[in-house]
Amino acid sequence: MSHDDSEIMSTGDRLIYMANQIAKNLAARGDEEAIGITADHIKAYWDPLMRSRVADLLAQRSDEFSPIAAEAVRRIHS
Amino acid sequence: MTFTRETDHGTPAAINTGKTVNVTIDGQSVSMPEGTSIMRAASLIGGSIPKLCATDHVKSFGSCRLCLVEVEGRNGFPASCTTPVAEGMVVRTQTERLKQLRRGVMELYISDHPLDCLTCGANGDCELQEQAGAVGLRDVRYGYDGATNMGQAKDQSNPYFDFDPSKCIVCSRCVRACEDVQGTFALTIENKGFESKVSPSQGEAFLGSECVSCGACVQACPTASLIEKKVVEVGTPDRSVVTTCAYCGVGCTFRAEMRGEELVRMVPWKEGKANRGHSCVKGRFAWGYAQHQDRILNPMIRESVDQPWREVSWEEAIAHTASEFRRIQAKYGVRSIGGITSSRCTNEETFLVQKLIRQGFGNNNVDTCARVCHSPTGYGLSQTFGTSAGTQDFDSVMQSDVILVIGANPTDGHPVFASRMKQRLRQGAKLIVVDPRRTDLVKSPRIEAEHHLPLRPGTNVAVMTAMAHVIVTEKLYDEAFIRERCDWDEFQDWADFVSESSRSPEAVEPLTGVNPQELRAAARLYATGGNGAIYYGLGVTEHSQGSSTVMAIANLAMATGNIGREGVGVNPLRGQNNVQGACDMGSFPHEFSGYRHVSDDATRSLFEKTWGVELSAEPGLRIPNMLDAATDGTFKGLFVQGEDILQSDPNTHHVAAGLAAMECVVVQDLFLNETANYAHVFLPGSTFLEKDGTFTNAERRIQRVRKVMAPLNGYADWEIVQLVARAMGLNWDYTHPSQIMDEIAALTPTFTGVHYDRLDEEGSLQWPANDAAPDGTPTMHIGGFVRGKGKFVVTDYVPTDEKTGPRFPLLLTTGRILSQYNVGAQTRRTDNTAWHPEDLLEIHPLDAENRGIKEGDWVSLKSRAGETTLHAHITERVAPGVVYTTFHHPDTQANVITTDFTDWATNCPEYKVTAVQVNLSNGRPSDWQQDYNEQARMSRRIETEAAE
Repeated sequence: MSHDDSEIMSTGDRLIYMANQIAKNLAARGDEEAIGITADHIKAYWDPLMRSRVADLLAQRSDEFSPIAAEAVRRIHS
Repeated sequence: MTFTRETDHGTPAAINTGKTVNVTIDGQSVSMPEGTSIMRAASLIGGSIPKLCATDHVKSFGSCRLCLVEVEGRNGFPASCTTPVAEGMVVRTQTERLKQLRRGVMELYISDHPLDCLTCGANGDCELQEQAGAVGLRDVRYGYDGATNMGQAKDQSNPYFDFDPSKCIVCSRCVRACEDVQGTFALTIENKGFESKVSPSQGEAFLGSECVSCGACVQACPTASLIEKKVVEVGTPDRSVVTTCAYCGVGCTFRAEMRGEELVRMVPWKEGKANRGHSCVKGRFAWGYAQHQDRILNPMIRESVDQPWREVSWEEAIAHTASEFRRIQAKYGVRSIGGITSSRCTNEETFLVQKLIRQGFGNNNVDTCARVCHSPTGYGLSQTFGTSAGTQDFDSVMQSDVILVIGANPTDGHPVFASRMKQRLRQGAKLIVVDPRRTDLVKSPRIEAEHHLPLRPGTNVAVMTAMAHVIVTEKLYDEAFIRERCDWDEFQDWADFVSESSRSPEAVEPLTGVNPQELRAAARLYATGGNGAIYYGLGVTEHSQGSSTVMAIANLAMATGNIGREGVGVNPLRGQNNVQGACDMGSFPHEFSGYRHVSDDATRSLFEKTWGVELSAEPGLRIPNMLDAATDGTFKGLFVQGEDILQSDPNTHHVAAGLAAMECVVVQDLFLNETANYAHVFLPGSTFLEKDGTFTNAERRIQRVRKVMAPLNGYADWEIVQLVARAMGLNWDYTHPSQIMDEIAALTPTFTGVHYDRLDEEGSLQWPANDAAPDGTPTMHIGGFVRGKGKFVVTDYVPTDEKTGPRFPLLLTTGRILSQYNVGAQTRRTDNTAWHPEDLLEIHPLDAENRGIKEGDWVSLKSRAGETTLHAHITERVAPGVVYTTFHHPDTQANVITTDFTDWATNCPEYKVTAVQVNLSNGRPSDWQQDYNEQARMSRRIETEAAE
């Protein structure tokens, strides 16, 4: 997402941004590895409420998630 | 402890050759290390040859001629400071002829020295006075009527020490200390012969000179020529206590020299293994904040932040805190509160705060200021090496051949270590600096970087990967090391990745702005120049790819075999005094002390058994997540010990909105800091001088903090946390911080050998200190990595989303300055403001000219996040397109400008890259500054009713 005009990002926007950012930084390791590490990372470092919130966001705004981030979030909750 | 001066052996210890020689001194036969001076040898066996120009802080000089001795079989009277012992040598230090000679020398000194000993500030602590006694001086045959150097004007410009040239004996100890120890070369001996005198810079006053006020010259002075103002004011100390500085991550140890409960001066402790007897202006002099009138000494509460504070008893404040936290949890749930530990507090205090949260709050919502500085270090080094810490001790730098400094400005941020580094550079080690700014290290007296790579902010990963590209494609890597110590398959994957032509120095130049030939040369030097050591700071971590850069650095060290021995390694220069310790103590929301994840059943079970409660296996909220949750209405209470997140954390609007949305913010601090403007309870804190404990510095060195005076607020910080814990129903009963350390040792595998008696015995211990390493671990990863095989991690360059454009065409990067520390809460309340009274905006002449900005003009600095105004300083230290400022002053609020972008792995803020515009301003504060100042003024009101 663009931050050109934002002063304070909403929590929902930030969670999507964070998931995508993790995925983007791991993408060079190949899709499968990147999905796995992104999922593990979110499990290890995100509070349970953030995790359930990002799953809800995926259901509502899936087009804003990168493919790696989306699959990682799905995998956490599968 | 009674007052005794540290023994000065006259000359430094000889370089260890492993050989000894036998010598006889005054009839006593001894064996001494080869190269030891006669003076030092005599001192080591309990003697004391008279001396004036010699001190073991600096190399011998041989000028005063007081230390003459007789050596059997040699003509003349050699100076004992410059003459090394030799096999079979027979020395006499006291003969009739020597006595005559020494008295003669002393007569000359005293004939040109004021005889005001009884009223002199150094009375009783003057080497000249002492040596006059030692040589038996009873008369000065020359009289006092001739020409003298007495009556010269004092230089009292420095806020901390005076220079009285009349009392100078021109022994050059100050000049040599400035050169050899500090490495600033600010002092010189001006003129010749009788006209000789010590001069700062080109005959300037100390304050306006290049002097950095490290205090080495004052420490070296054998008279009252250079003397602390505080000694002049109070008198000489009568006792001393060794303790650890509470400023940066170097962790200098000092003798706090006291008279009663009054601190007279802080003198760097020679035995201190982190600082080796050296200091900087902050630790040496800037401790006056401890007694500053702004300190809050009574607890205070209020219902809402628009009300004035009401002073209350400790009992009421603690009961109110506990009751509010319990009320909020009952209403909003167990996870609705949390806390922040302090990297300025002791390990024991930090451990207790995270224990309060995990055991008492029943969640893992604990974070620490490392979130905003070195959290990427923890992540990156743990992924690659298996542990979250630097690999070396500070002494290691003296074995380095090539030193690569990236994103760090040690002469300002870690000055005492910088002096060691500069000593090594003057001995011939090569230097590579990777930094957008031309820092002092790039070129300063007798130091010049072999390569300076002035990269565009935000491109660290591209530059590190390009260096790796050169090392791999030119086959400069250490295959034997990699095969033995690392995962070879992972290395090959990484090598393939970095070898791609798109990652070459030439290909990334348009992004990084770094000359590819210079980058190639730097990579070759690092890989082939001998022992290569990397030192880095927040210019690495405070980026959207901070963790990636740390891993890229680790990759470089592993690829070149520069890990696991002295002189090499990966060395994060930690910001705050105990940021390493705060991380070690379990201040992060996902891990217990010793970096063990909360989901690990065995670890959790250990803590549950000791603490008697079930603990959460789920990670808690990080600081920015807490603020988000607060604005969302799910996070309602925060306990903040010794941090000022409103000033130090990014995007002040975001922090303010989060704090304002909470129902109970408890701040425990020395002062009503900026965060306290949004607090409902204020618990007065204690300074490092008022409590016992330990700090852990950047080299994993655990050192004692010792109480030298009673807490002005009534309690040490650990006691206050214990009061809160008890009020919340926990049965804590610590009576001394040593018991807390015993608990830490029992629960933390890397600390099992750390106890106060061992620390007192050894002076310090570097973790891991346990059965496997009873004396600690100066160098890590010898023979194998903590994680087993070293892991090469592919680190792709991902540009930051913070983009420049027509509205915000410049990149702002932030940092600190020597005389100020962090948010300035301490240093702004000292005379250090003489050097840095305000934050300035550094701007390149070209960018300034394009905007019509002249030196000293008011300018507005605006980003997508906010706007502030400050004065401009035009300098070529920054490249065109880059501007720089510090964040020490709340009036400027530099973090109004910085954004919410963070490191992808750790949420460490991207302080170092903010797109901004700079324009001339009339000096009117921004709307934010005006609103903020008014809010702060209202918030700091205190009702005048007396506390119970």
